[in-house]
Amino acid sequence: MNGSNIATVYLKELKDMLRDRRTLMSMIVIPTLLMPGLMLLIGTVTVKVIKKASQETPTIMVLGGEDSPAVRSALAENIRIRLVATTPDWRQRISDKKVRAAVEIPPGFDTALEHGEARTVKIYNYEGEVRSGFGVNELRRFFNEYRDKVLTARLTARGLPDTFVRPFEVKTENVAAAEKVGGNAIGGMIPYFFIILCFTGAMYPAIDLTAGEKERGTMETILCSPIARLDLVLGKFLMVLTASLATVVFSVLSMAATVVLGGTMLLKSAGGAAAMKGGVAAGGVIPLLNPLGMLGVVAMILPVAVMFAAVQLAVALYAKSYKEAQSYLSPFIVVIVMPAVIGLLPGVELNARLALVPILNLSLVSKEMVSGVFHWNYIALIFGSTCAYAALALAFCVRMFNREDVLFRT
Amino acid sequence: MIEARHLTKVFQDKKRGEIRAVDDVTFTCRPGQIYGLLGANGAGKTTTLRMLATLLRPTSGGATVAGHEVTQEPQKVRAQVGFLAASTALYGRLTARETIAYFGRLNGLTAGAIAERTKQLADELELHEFLDRRVDKYSTGMKQRTSIARTLVHDPPVLIFDEPTVGLDVMAARTIVRFVRDCRDRDRTVIYSTHIMSEVGKLCDVVGIIHRGRLLAEGSLEQLRARFGESDMEEIFVKAVGGETEAA
Repeated sequence: MNGSNIATVYLKELKDMLRDRRTLMSMIVIPTLLMPGLMLLIGTVTVKVIKKASQETPTIMVLGGEDSPAVRSALAENIRIRLVATTPDWRQRISDKKVRAAVEIPPGFDTALEHGEARTVKIYNYEGEVRSGFGVNELRRFFNEYRDKVLTARLTARGLPDTFVRPFEVKTENVAAAEKVGGNAIGGMIPYFFIILCFTGAMYPAIDLTAGEKERGTMETILCSPIARLDLVLGKFLMVLTASLATVVFSVLSMAATVVLGGTMLLKSAGGAAAMKGGVAAGGVIPLLNPLGMLGVVAMILPVAVMFAAVQLAVALYAKSYKEAQSYLSPFIVVIVMPAVIGLLPGVELNARLALVPILNLSLVSKEMVSGVFHWNYIALIFGSTCAYAALALAFCVRMFNREDVLFRT
Repeated sequence: MIEARHLTKVFQDKKRGEIRAVDDVTFTCRPGQIYGLLGANGAGKTTTLRMLATLLRPTSGGATVAGHEVTQEPQKVRAQVGFLAASTALYGRLTARETIAYFGRLNGLTAGAIAERTKQLADELELHEFLDRRVDKYSTGMKQRTSIARTLVHDPPVLIFDEPTVGLDVMAARTIVRFVRDCRDRDRTVIYSTHIMSEVGKLCDVVGIIHRGRLLAEGSLEQLRARFGESDMEEIFVKAVGGETEAA
């Protein structure tokens, strides 16, 4: 092994890659600008739509209830909704989003209340439509309050306390530390993103440096130089690894910036209650993760990145052309996503056996680490086994570069 | 000096079974001499030259190139060889200067030596005009001259050319031919494969006719003319391979 030759190959590949617009797009521009840009755009639009919808007073049609003036006048007095004249095509008008909802007062509703008989009030809505949902919420709130009023009146008439119908209350309170809540909620997602970014970041350069070189005819040129195959592989491998890690780093930095900046922007622009809630959740997620755990995840991803870079380089080398390499590597995304997804499932917990399953082990241990839980024996086992897999992958890659039937496959 | 001894290469093909691409080929190529390897497409020229350049490993037999055995010291062999083929392309996103420097470094030259060599090659091959432009913007002729510079950066004593003029226009092909002659004049050992009969007459001191992996005839042009009783190279070739080329 000759360090100077490895460095020569690495630096040349780096220069070559940085001059390639396609690589820059896939490695830097897309993860840093496009993804957060899209996230921000979608977030802003959503907040604006929700804000506009929540500021609007829902229009409601009342069906029936002509013999129940009490409830009708109470509805008419409610400033949170606006009653509009009832028309026979009310169903169509809800579907056309001209009216948000309709409420049907059963015949003799007022009288039935006085006699203590139960009646059903029916609300008609456009399921899944946000503004119709706001109309329904207001109607529900109105009828709940109306029911409470009737109930209180009945209890008072009988000289009974409120606790007669509500003998006790039920409340939930969180006792887990904030970082554990955060870790559990999104801890599994973090390695999932890292794994995908790490893999896709390595894919384009791995193909370009092998099958791409075969296709362009530069592979034979470099092979007839006196550099040892091992040095050539290692130089190329380091480049692929750099691209893979760069994609992860750029994505993480831009995501973090998006979450912090985006959260603040949304808070400022929205101001509404719904937006406040969304903004606080977005801005509050990162501080809720254990920072040491986050560093741990980054450390654990390193051998995985080595493994990905080596495997992709070896597989892409086997291909004769860029397209062939793409068709070999694309299915791998599914293969690596599967264990990452299994790690997200509830109830799948880390144990000695699962600690040996590549990718899945990373997914599981990351969930623990960002929650501030460190099972050092598992961490050592996972790091060690992943390093071993990475070494095997690299050895396989070197072997492939020494096979003339792979290099000169026709 | 190149000495090939019973060079044999067998490929395993799933459909066609065992293929003897090169079969027991023996020849010697001396400094100051151009050895022409003449054969039709698929005759085994490229495989032979790739074995000499250590890109492929012989199945049996061997070869010594500039004093090093191809199977034992492949890196040392490659350090003594300049290999230029129609299939050896350049990195499109590098400039000619960067290309020369890259291959110079891989050949163990120091930064000072690379700078000096770049100037020398740029003077000889008239590269100055486009030395700092990216290769993918070059014309075919510029690419050829840069490829020659890449091949010569370490001033190798042995030069292997595998059909270097394939696909080139007349002017670009002439550049190559002139350069090959220059190598001979500088006492380099040159081996040149081609299927173009006229090139053999213009360039080669010794000709080996290869067909279906076997070296069927070898000698100087005069010797071959005398042996086959023909003056035209094409007729000599057809006679040497027993009139089989069309069928092949």
